[in-house]
Amino acid sequence: MRIPRLSLDLPWMRGSGRRPGPLLPLEDARSAALIFVMAALAFLACMAAMGASAGGRAAEGWARDLRGEATVQVRPRADETPAAAAARAAETLGGVPGVEEAAVLERERAEALLRPWLGEAILEDLPIPQLVTVRLTEAAPADARALNRALAEAGLDAVVDDHGRWLADVERAARVAGLIALMVFLLTAAAAGAAVVFATRAGLEARRDVIEILSLSGATDRTVAGVFQRRFALAAGLAGLYGAVAAAGVAALMRLAGGSDGFTPALPLAWSDLLLVSPCPLVAASLGAVAARWTTLRLLKGMA
Amino acid sequence: MSIPNDPLATSRPETAVVQLEGVGLRYGDAPEVLRDIDLTLPKGSFHFLTGASGAGKSSLLKLLYLAARPTRGTARLFGRTVSALGSQDLPLMRRRIGVVFQEFRLLDHLTAFDNAALPLRIAGGRARDYAADVAELLTWVGLRDRMDAYPPTLSGGEKQRLAIARAVMARPELIIADEPTGSVDQDMAVRLMRLFVELNRLGATVVIATHDNALARQSGRPVLRLDRGRLMREA
Ligand SMILES: Nc1ncnc2c1ncn2[C@@H]1O[C@H](COP(=O)(O)OP(=O)(O)OP(=O)(O)O)[C@@H](O)[C@H]1O
Ligand SMILES: [Mg+2]
Repeated sequence: MRIPRLSLDLPWMRGSGRRPGPLLPLEDARSAALIFVMAALAFLACMAAMGASAGGRAAEGWARDLRGEATVQVRPRADETPAAAAARAAETLGGVPGVEEAAVLERERAEALLRPWLGEAILEDLPIPQLVTVRLTEAAPADARALNRALAEAGLDAVVDDHGRWLADVERAARVAGLIALMVFLLTAAAAGAAVVFATRAGLEARRDVIEILSLSGATDRTVAGVFQRRFALAAGLAGLYGAVAAAGVAALMRLAGGSDGFTPALPLAWSDLLLVSPCPLVAASLGAVAARWTTLRLLKGMA
Repeated sequence: MSIPNDPLATSRPETAVVQLEGVGLRYGDAPEVLRDIDLTLPKGSFHFLTGASGAGKSSLLKLLYLAARPTRGTARLFGRTVSALGSQDLPLMRRRIGVVFQEFRLLDHLTAFDNAALPLRIAGGRARDYAADVAELLTWVGLRDRMDAYPPTLSGGEKQRLAIARAVMARPELIIADEPTGSVDQDMAVRLMRLFVELNRLGATVVIATHDNALARQSGRPVLRLDRGRLMREA
């Protein structure tokens, strides 16, 4: 199908419709190198954000698991076989409010857990402690004190491990990972800002002649800064978009490759994490605008 | 004879567009290129400025269009002391001044039309409102068919005419032209001079620097002469 050409000749299409050219030559902010650098930084920032989110989720999962169970080591007294003591402990603990289930860890299972570490030969003679694993209710889990009291009342000598130490470790590790992600984000933002500052400065230097004519014609510093601001906001926004799309693409691939667990159980990337990249273009554009404006105003003050 | 004895120099300050008193100018650590300049340009006056190459004509004009500040003495423009102007005052002062630069200084990335329209645009005008005026002036200086051309594709004379069009476009109160007819033929030079005379008749204060002593003398206008940085007045 042929598209009919406009053959109208309306006044607004002639002289009055003339669009003025840009006050400053265009190429400065369009430098492919600058956009590449900013896009790469945006990509890293997005990956850090998604990594932090997935890492946080993983830590939360581990913490929930740890909070939901406890391990009790039973020390049999002389008048009782270890197995009997363990069975009595499991029964006692099963009746404590806040306990979902308590079960003796069978010797075979305990050996299976240890075999990769110790080897077959040693296991034969090893006095393996009697363990009772306790699954706690999610709503109101029983604490170590309640478990201890119940065991003492039943006349059992036992040590309760509510995994508090591991829990603290996991939580500390999660905090550190979060801080690192924040630092990566701030660093990339600062680097992107610095890239814009350098590019603006180079643009100003390269266009000194034009800027001087604009100033001598009565342009205010704010007018000139506005030109650079718009231009670099656009470039940074574009770079932010490229970086965000690339990061989301990589994350989607990882998610697909990882199956139902996300990339790995250790980094359970969720589809919703991909949404984290959406503010990136806007954040990058704002950063570019602020950096360009600040640099221009500062340099023009020196030129006057 | 130096300027203080000139009757023009004693005209009342409130009607003076330019007033220089004991002004000196040096670039960096070099010796002064302008020395002890006393000069008053009354509102509505028309002066030529002559002098040998390197005498300091362009430097003196730079002081007048606020591209340089005196390193000595006091300069007043439109009744305001230049050294006391803040960075917010400069743009507004500069919009009252139209400059034809010796080297034209056109913006190569803009069309002839946009170059000529620049002062209007910077003053906040909209293309819709000024398009007809710009086209009319460009037609008058003989650039009707070159409005969409970029400066690098213009001839020397065409560039000069465009530079003049840009300088006068916004009807400035002070018109400063540095060798405005150096690159055009005699007929065009006369035509362009008529433009300055007409704008002067409408109230603009005009200063034109030129090597061309004959042109200056024939005009019947007062002639200022610079001799190695000092201002003399030719009879
Ligand atoms: N930006 C500058 N930096 C240093 N020296 C300069 C500068 N501009 C001009 N000069 C010097 O100042 C002196 C006067 O120069 P100016 O351009 O004012 O002369 P002119 O009278 O306009 O000359 P011409 O007729 O050749 O245009 C010259 O010695 C020149 O070398
Ligand atoms: Mg000169």
